[in-house]
Amino acid sequence: MNNYEPIIGLEVHVELNTKSKMFCRCSADYFGKEPNTHTCPVCLGLPGALPVINKQAIESCIKIGLALGCQISKKSLFERKNYFYPDLPKGFQISQYRWPLCINGQITLDSGQVIRINRVHQEEDTGKLSHRGDVTLVDFNRSGVPLVEIVTEPDFRDVESVRDYAKKLQQLLRYLGVSNADMERGDMRLEANISVHPIAIASKASPWRLPDYRVELKNINSFRFIVAAIEYEIKRQIEALEKGEKLLQETRGWNEDKKCTFLQRSKEEAHDYRYFPEPDLPEIEIQNSDTKKIAEQLPELPWSKSKRFADEFKLTATQAQILSESKELAWFFEETVKHGNKHGVSAKEIANHLINKKTDINIVLPVQVIEELKGKRVGIIENKEELEELAEQAVKKNANAVLDYKKGKEVALQVLIGAVMKLSLGKADIAKLKPILEKLLKS
Amino acid sequence: MNITELTLTETLEALKRKDFSEEELNKAYLERAAKLNPKLNIFLEIKKNSCGIPAAIKDAILTKGMKTTAASKILSNFLPPYNATVINKLIEQGISILGKTNCDEFAMGGSGENSAFGSTKNPWNLNKVTGGSSSGSAAAVAADLCAFALGSDTGGSIRQPASLCGVVGLKPTYGRVPRYGLIAMASSLDTIGPITKSVEDAAQVLEWISGSDGYDSNCSDTKFTLQPERLTQGIKGLKIGVPKEYFSEGLDPEVKKVIEDAIKKLEEQGAEIVEVSLPNSKYALAAYYIIVPSEISANMARFDGIRYGSARADFGPEIKRRIMLGTYALSSGYYEEYYAKAAQVRTLVKQDFDKAFANVDVIVGPVSPTTTWNLGEKIDDPLTMYLSDIYTISANLAGIPGLSVPCGFADELPVGLQILGKQWDEETILRVGYAYEQATEWRKEKPKLSF
Amino acid sequence: MKLTSDQIKHVAKLANLPLTPDEEEKYSDQLSKILEYVEQLNQVDTSDVESTFNVTGQSNVMREDETTPSLSQEEALSNAPRKKDSMFVTKGVFEEQ
Repeated sequence: MNNYEPIIGLEVHVELNTKSKMFCRCSADYFGKEPNTHTCPVCLGLPGALPVINKQAIESCIKIGLALGCQISKKSLFERKNYFYPDLPKGFQISQYRWPLCINGQITLDSGQVIRINRVHQEEDTGKLSHRGDVTLVDFNRSGVPLVEIVTEPDFRDVESVRDYAKKLQQLLRYLGVSNADMERGDMRLEANISVHPIAIASKASPWRLPDYRVELKNINSFRFIVAAIEYEIKRQIEALEKGEKLLQETRGWNEDKKCTFLQRSKEEAHDYRYFPEPDLPEIEIQNSDTKKIAEQLPELPWSKSKRFADEFKLTATQAQILSESKELAWFFEETVKHGNKHGVSAKEIANHLINKKTDINIVLPVQVIEELKGKRVGIIENKEELEELAEQAVKKNANAVLDYKKGKEVALQVLIGAVMKLSLGKADIAKLKPILEKLLKS
Repeated sequence: MNITELTLTETLEALKRKDFSEEELNKAYLERAAKLNPKLNIFLEIKKNSCGIPAAIKDAILTKGMKTTAASKILSNFLPPYNATVINKLIEQGISILGKTNCDEFAMGGSGENSAFGSTKNPWNLNKVTGGSSSGSAAAVAADLCAFALGSDTGGSIRQPASLCGVVGLKPTYGRVPRYGLIAMASSLDTIGPITKSVEDAAQVLEWISGSDGYDSNCSDTKFTLQPERLTQGIKGLKIGVPKEYFSEGLDPEVKKVIEDAIKKLEEQGAEIVEVSLPNSKYALAAYYIIVPSEISANMARFDGIRYGSARADFGPEIKRRIMLGTYALSSGYYEEYYAKAAQVRTLVKQDFDKAFANVDVIVGPVSPTTTWNLGEKIDDPLTMYLSDIYTISANLAGIPGLSVPCGFADELPVGLQILGKQWDEETILRVGYAYEQATEWRKEKPKLSF
Repeated sequence: MKLTSDQIKHVAKLANLPLTPDEEEKYSDQLSKILEYVEQLNQVDTSDVESTFNVTGQSNVMREDETTPSLSQEEALSNAPRKKDSMFVTKGVFEEQ
């Protein structure tokens, strides 16, 4: 088995979190809504309907491209990708093929391996099918939601790096704030192409070459399943090669019950998408100044942040990585460090505390972490009556937060906790305050 | 006074003077339509209004709550949930829809015979075709069944039937009139425009329907504005180009003579006639018959019978033919040879016009190489049928405006003069058309329809 | 060059067009003739010629990311030949397992 090396490339589809759809003004917030309530002539593919580009989506796509170190194309076109499927209302998907927005980027994995990004392009999502007996039902609420496709070169050599890549990409998308990147909800979907070849030392006589086939794993909607499918596929292909069989270009899906991949489409049945420029949309021209403007809006990227944390605060690489995992945690850490500076608490101490105690940053405030670390329990308000009084004052002063809470917005509680902390100059005991506030709000 | 013989402009003036009411106006047109429609097969649906100015709308343009079939079996029960932008714009102007007009199925054809609901008959001779694809719209205007009509023009579908039916037809600059709600045929060439009883009417309707709606990305913000003093200023000193390529073999000698007389008339009005050359126009038809079917093959893909309409087997033969041709031209391995090549030739066709318009204000020539022909004559020979579009398609490839104005008769059948203009310069072609119209009596000729 | 029956069948499949044998035969003839006519494009030297896909000369026509009301569910489904549970019905499509 060890004489073979898998070669894997990934295509990741990311649903953007814009307000409206890619080419029409329907709300893109379709998840869990009544079927066919988020549609219009455009996303239903009615006769006579025409697309208009969502500017925000293009900016988000360029942001992703820039964060992945891509070149942004000066001239970019939308194109029609033609195929028939009941979830595709126009009979073509508006996508990009010859003129993508972003090309030639890269991303570095934890192992140090560089994965080359072939392209980052903009397209639109399809409707959703559900199968009932011998018919299929179609809901077009998702049809036309902006989708960005990120395509790598076939640079992966094992499943571990695929996992790491997906995690890093998800982290990046959330940092950029362009997508919720929730794999379970389908905000981020993976497709893989895999081939396997015997390890041989490349020489002048036989230079390194990609195998002459590849198997595409498609329509697998869970991250866990795609990883299982890749692992299965590597094994299957090696076994086939061992037996002297010839492997063919094909598309395979994943059967979770049988835990195996299965043939969906052979090369002969392969799609012929007949791409051509979308005549309903004028070209996109991007000046260097536009790209610069978008680049300036980019937040500090997770890997830069992690490196800075390590350098600036003398953390270990692992610590820095954990603390920069999400934008929110990173912000909390840095805020706490700022307070710590005033009280002689070191960043290292804070980092240790946050990581070891697994502090819930949704409940605790940075000042409290410092208080705790200073061991200054003196002056902490734990008295029930005092806390109740503070809570009542906070509720009176924050009518909006109370309303939000009653509408089900859990974050409103944080606002009220914050208000109590302000009133008490940071001395209220949060663990005791929280149930008091909740009781008050429910009364 | 015969109300239905009035032009749109005259009708507007008469209503202002209260010569008759909107109710009387509608009644007059409805009565005439009831009598003549069974003979001419112009309207697929008639709506009985009592107010508004009655217009006939090509059935490829969506009307909310009023059946829109594109003259196809596949859409025979389609009730659009929205109005095309042009319809909303007309309603704002107090226009009512008298009827949806017959056309070649999905606007594909040049005779009106490709309708799933039977051919429209030419009011000048009921055994002849109207031309197409806006067959019913042109015939409705010729037979005085509406105050004006809307058609669509992808390769000549307004100008050619206007010419064959002896009425005025205007194909605006691509991007002048929003296409939202026009059932797409070839998206990069489709335009909506008026078919009218006079040149001034065409200018008026263009003013009403032009200007962006925010739903057609290719539509420009610049609205066309009718300025009567500019329209009527005459053509003294204008330079009029005559392309030598439009007068070679293939042009019927009778039609040629009529067109040459018309050009003489323009010269008499003080215009300077200059020969121009459009050397790549001979390749225009070939480029057109790659680009158009390719776009069609994608545009027709939405008709899958799931959200609306019936099964794809219900497409008529011309639709299937063009879908097949376009699918082939775009299929793996052929894109460069066909689509990419045609897109380059399109550039050359456009450059020909740019060069010519550097020296002249407008270009004139025939609309169609022949007058109307017998029903059924060319139906089994698609290539011959396509060749009758030879003078009109270049304007669609280049996106420039074109006007067809009645300019006489050959063997008692109408002939139209084509006036092509610079991109965004409808004003000058209308000005030339107006001058010609006023200098001749052709506009007074009406088909003799007995009932 | 005449299109073969296999080519016609392949194109019809790509185009999702059910053709009768008669139609296949007819389109094979007619398409071949039209393609023959189109061959003349090869006489044009286009080596340094840009492509024209859009004649408007416009670029970057975009809209702000704002929503407007959608069609009602009833309107959306109003022309559907078959519907069930507020969804469009189509014959079953399954990925073979």
